[in-house]
Amino acid sequence: MKRIVATLLLSIMVACAPGSDPVPELSPEGVLPPEDIRSGYAFLTPETQRLQDDRFENPGYLWVDRGAALFEAANASTPACASCHSDGMEGVAATYPAINETSGALLNLEGRINQCRTIHQDEDAYEYESDELLALTAFVAAASNGAPQSVEISDRTAPYLETGETYFRTRRGQFNLSCQQCHTETWGKKLRGDTISQGHSNGFPAYRFEWQSMGSLHRRLRDCDTGVRAEPLPFGDETYIALELYLAARGNGLEIETPAVRR
Amino acid sequence: MAGIRLAVPSSATKGEIIEIKALIQHAMESGFRRGSRGEVIPRDIITRFECRYNGALVFAADFHPAIAANPLMTFHALADKSGVFDFTWTDQAGQVWHDSAEITVT
Repeated sequence: MKRIVATLLLSIMVACAPGSDPVPELSPEGVLPPEDIRSGYAFLTPETQRLQDDRFENPGYLWVDRGAALFEAANASTPACASCHSDGMEGVAATYPAINETSGALLNLEGRINQCRTIHQDEDAYEYESDELLALTAFVAAASNGAPQSVEISDRTAPYLETGETYFRTRRGQFNLSCQQCHTETWGKKLRGDTISQGHSNGFPAYRFEWQSMGSLHRRLRDCDTGVRAEPLPFGDETYIALELYLAARGNGLEIETPAVRR
Repeated sequence: MAGIRLAVPSSATKGEIIEIKALIQHAMESGFRRGSRGEVIPRDIITRFECRYNGALVFAADFHPAIAANPLMTFHALADKSGVFDFTWTDQAGQVWHDSAEITVT
């Protein structure tokens, strides 16, 4: 009996030994190799791709239109966004999340818009996931449509990237899954009827069929966390913003697609 | 506030068949869904869409709960003379949204 157990143990150890595991697709660090990076667009059906490409039919433009109106709108006491940003916002969103020079904190686009509102416009911050904030974020992000995602990877962003990467690689929830396991190691395979994407953020805020509405990246992250039966973080949470930075860095070079259409 | 997007060609030749698209932002809540606490989310839908060309009804549709959110209508009309396309959406409570687009027919 002891002998059988010993043999069994030995065979398990051999199976788990480093070097015997055939995962040649992964680079040593477990990061997607640049030639394999694909936008979520690549995993859509041709019909959904056409809907995203059609500048009229894409329902996300309802929010972009509204954002454009809000950008120009001024109250009697406060200047409009457009009065400072008269050159438009082209290319700006591709560099977010970014470290804010005034506060030194890492801000995503939503946070940056709300900072402008509270500091320069003397208004209350928009509630996260409110229609107004989604509309403005979509408008600003859509101004970078086609620009390659290029967030800062440097010493000062390193701590945030590390926080984000740790979250990405940590198994969580009742399903005990990490983001990494699905979106880096298993992308392209099927999860029920869906093809697993690489989990890039270049289309957000995006219009999702499941929501029948526009939604922020944090709403999507909360859905992923709920999907593995983990406790989702609150909207605008610092860890989610760090994760947002890691996701963007991991997909640096992908073109911004806002407003994207996703399942 | 409902966002409306219209696609009507600004000009057409007389007798030409033109494509018209109209998109409105609306939740089209079916009344069959339940919230996170199990309560029924009340039905809230647009029930009628109409398009008038210089006052004459050229296209209309009755909407039911199975229509998706942010309904998009695509249809065709015969360009007859210069004028205005009027679009109205009416919801179950009688609230009306309205927009229009001009066309020059030569």
